Amino acid sequence: MNDMRIVERTVDTQNTKITARGVQVHYGTSHAIKDLNVDILDKTVTAFIGPSGCGKSTFLRCLNRMNDTIAVCKVSGEIKLEGEDIYDARVDPVQLRAKVGMVFQKPNPFPKSIYDNVAYGPKIHGLTRNKAELDEIVESSLKKAAIWNEVKDRLSAPGTGLSGGQQQRLCIARAIATSPEVLLMDEPCSALDPIATSQVEELIDELRSQFSVVIVTHSMQQAARVSQKTAFFHLGHLVEYGETGQIFTNPQDPRTESYISGRIG
Amino acid sequence: MTDATASGMAVPAGRPKSSLLAQTALMKKRNASEARFKFYGVAAIVLSLSVLAFMLWTILNDGVSAFFQAKLSFPLELTAETLDPEGNRNRDEMARVTTIGYGRVLTTAFATELEKRGIAVEGVSEKDISDMISKDAAGDLRATVLANPQMVGTTIDATVLATGRIDGYLKGRVTMETAERDSNVTPQQLQLADALRDAGILGSSFNWDFITSPDASDQRPEAAGLGVAIMGSAYMMLLVLITCVPIGVAASIYLEEFAPKNTWTDAIEVNISNLAAVPSIVFGILGLAIFINFAGMPQSSSLVGALVLSLMTLPTIIIATRASIKAVPPSIRDAALGIGASKMQTVFHHVLPLAMPGILTGTILGLASALGETAPLLLIGMVAFVDNYPAASVAGVLDPATALPVQVYGWAQRADPAFIERSSGAIIILLIFLVAMNVLAILLRRRFERRW
Repeated sequence: MNDMRIVERTVDTQNTKITARGVQVHYGTSHAIKDLNVDILDKTVTAFIGPSGCGKSTFLRCLNRMNDTIAVCKVSGEIKLEGEDIYDARVDPVQLRAKVGMVFQKPNPFPKSIYDNVAYGPKIHGLTRNKAELDEIVESSLKKAAIWNEVKDRLSAPGTGLSGGQQQRLCIARAIATSPEVLLMDEPCSALDPIATSQVEELIDELRSQFSVVIVTHSMQQAARVSQKTAFFHLGHLVEYGETGQIFTNPQDPRTESYISGRIG
Repeated sequence: MTDATASGMAVPAGRPKSSLLAQTALMKKRNASEARFKFYGVAAIVLSLSVLAFMLWTILNDGVSAFFQAKLSFPLELTAETLDPEGNRNRDEMARVTTIGYGRVLTTAFATELEKRGIAVEGVSEKDISDMISKDAAGDLRATVLANPQMVGTTIDATVLATGRIDGYLKGRVTMETAERDSNVTPQQLQLADALRDAGILGSSFNWDFITSPDASDQRPEAAGLGVAIMGSAYMMLLVLITCVPIGVAASIYLEEFAPKNTWTDAIEVNISNLAAVPSIVFGILGLAIFINFAGMPQSSSLVGALVLSLMTLPTIIIATRASIKAVPPSIRDAALGIGASKMQTVFHHVLPLAMPGILTGTILGLASALGETAPLLLIGMVAFVDNYPAASVAGVLDPATALPVQVYGWAQRADPAFIERSSGAIIILLIFLVAMNVLAILLRRRFERRW
C-alpha cells in the first residue's frame, strides 16, 4: 500500500456545491477552526488531510451540522449549500442531514436487519409510497454500495453480523439510500483491513459520479488514490487547497511539504 | 532525563543476573501477596454464602411448617332444631343463630364421634374436648351453611381446623412438658390428640388457607392467612408499576437526551441521587402528611401505600434508566442523526430499544425493593389488622389492605409462638415473589438483549 502513484484525474465539473467563508469554530474556549474559506465541487472527491487535532473532522461535521449535538461547540461564518446558508435560523438540521449524508469512522450499523438498516432513512423521510418502492431503493442502494451480491440472500440477517468492511459498505448504502447530494466520510477506512479499504476506496470513486464526496483521512496514500481535490489542515487553518496531484507533487506551502514528507504531524 | 544524569545522580544499576528457574525474593513476595488476596476473596465469598445458607435454613426450618395445618375430620350432623329453629330454611331467619350455636353443633358432633369410636382419655373434660376445635371453625361453618341453607339437617364429612396448640403438638412445637405450664392446653388433651391421630381423625395436610385467608386474631393463629397481604402487595406493585415506569422513563429520557446541561439539570441530578438515599421511613412521613392528612385519601389503603412506594422507587428507576440510556453507544445516535432522523426518532427508534433490557431490569429490581419495604407502610396505617379482602374492582385500591412485609412484622410481634412460624412462612412467600421477580428480570434482559 505504499505506492504514492497519483492517477491523472480530471475534475468533471467546476460547479461549486458547498461554499465556506470565514468559518470559525470554538469548542468552549479552544479555537478549533480559524477563518476557513473553501469551495467544494460537485461530483468530486475532496480529501481533508492533516495531523490529528487539526480541525478537519470538526469542519466535516460542520457541513451537516452534526456539531449541533455538542453543546459547547459554536460555529460562526458562512457555509452555503448551493447558495443557501445552512446555519440560517430557518434551516432545520434534520432536513439538512437528509441532503448531506454522513459515514462515520467506525462502522455503526443499527442492530437491526440489513434491510431495515438501509430502509430506515427512506422510511423516516417518506421517500416511498409502498413496499415495492422501498424494496427497490434498498436494492439499488446496496448495489451502489457494492455489497448487494454479498447480502442479497440474507437481507433479514442482522447488519451487525457482517464483517467490518461489509458493515462499512452497509453504512454507505444506508447513507446513500436517502439520496443525499453530498456524502461526508469521516475516516471511513481507519477501522478496516487493507482489502476492505480498497473495496471502499473503489466504491468512493464510483460514488463520485452522483455525489459530491468529502472524505477525511489520515492516510495520505488514500487521499492520493481517491481524491481529485485535497485540502491540508494544520492547527485549525486550511493551509492549502488544490488539485490532489499538485498538493502531493508540488505543494506551495512549506507546512504542506513538511507534512507530506513526514516531518510534521 | 538527561538533566538528571548530568547533575551527577547515580544511574540505578541494572537487574542482576538471575536464573529463570528460581524465584527471586521479590517475586516470592509478590506471589505471596497475590495468594493472600485470593484467599481473602474466597473467604469473603464463603462467609457470605454461609450466612445466606444459614438464613435460608432458619427461615425454611421455621416457616415450611406454616404451610401444613392440623385438621380434625369427623361426620357432622347439621341439626335442624339448633340451626334453623323456624324450620323454613330462610336465610335471614337462620342468620339469627350466632357462631355460638354452630360451635355447639360442632362440639356435640365431635364428642359423639369420640364416644362412638370409644376414644377417651381420663381427665379430659367436655370443655377440653370442645377446646381442641379451633375457635375459627364455628364461624367458617356458619358462613358455609348460610351460603347453602339446604345443607341443614344433613350429615356432612367436616374437616375443621384444630386449635393452634394441637397443631403445635403435631409439629413438635408443643410438648407434654410445655403443656404442663401452659394454661391453653393440658397434657391430657395432647394424649387425646395422640389417640385421635391414631384413629385417623386428626391429621396434618397442606394448608391453602394460609395463602388465601385473611389475618386472624391473637387467639386463632391456626386460621391466620396471607390473603389480604398478598392482594395488598399485588395491588401496590401494579400501581407502582403504572405510576413509576411512565414517569421514570420519561424523566430519564428527557434528562439524558434533551435537557440542556446547566446548573438546573445538575441540581436535579444531584437531588435524584440524594432521594434514592433517603431513608424509606421519611417517605412514610411524607405520605402521611401529603396523601392522608392533606389530600384526605383513606388510611391503610393500597393506593396510599403504592404512592408512597412510588416516591421511593422513582429515583431508583430513574437512575437505572439513565444509566442504561447512557450505555447505548453514541455511534448509534450519530448513525441515526447522520441520516436525518430527528432527535425524537433517534431516541424512540434506536436508543430506547437498546436501553430496554437495562430499563426493565432496573424497574423490576426497583419493584422488588418496594415489595420488601415495610417502614413507610407502618406510618400510613397498613400495619392494621385487616380481616376483609379489598374489593377486586378498581375501587379496591381504596379499601384497607396490608402488605406481605408488614404482615411479617405484625405476626412477629404477637405473643403466640404459632405466629412466629406463620411469620417465617410469610417470609418464604415474600422470598418466592422476590426470586420470581429477579428471574423475570434476568429472562427479560436475555430476551431483549441485542449485540451491536
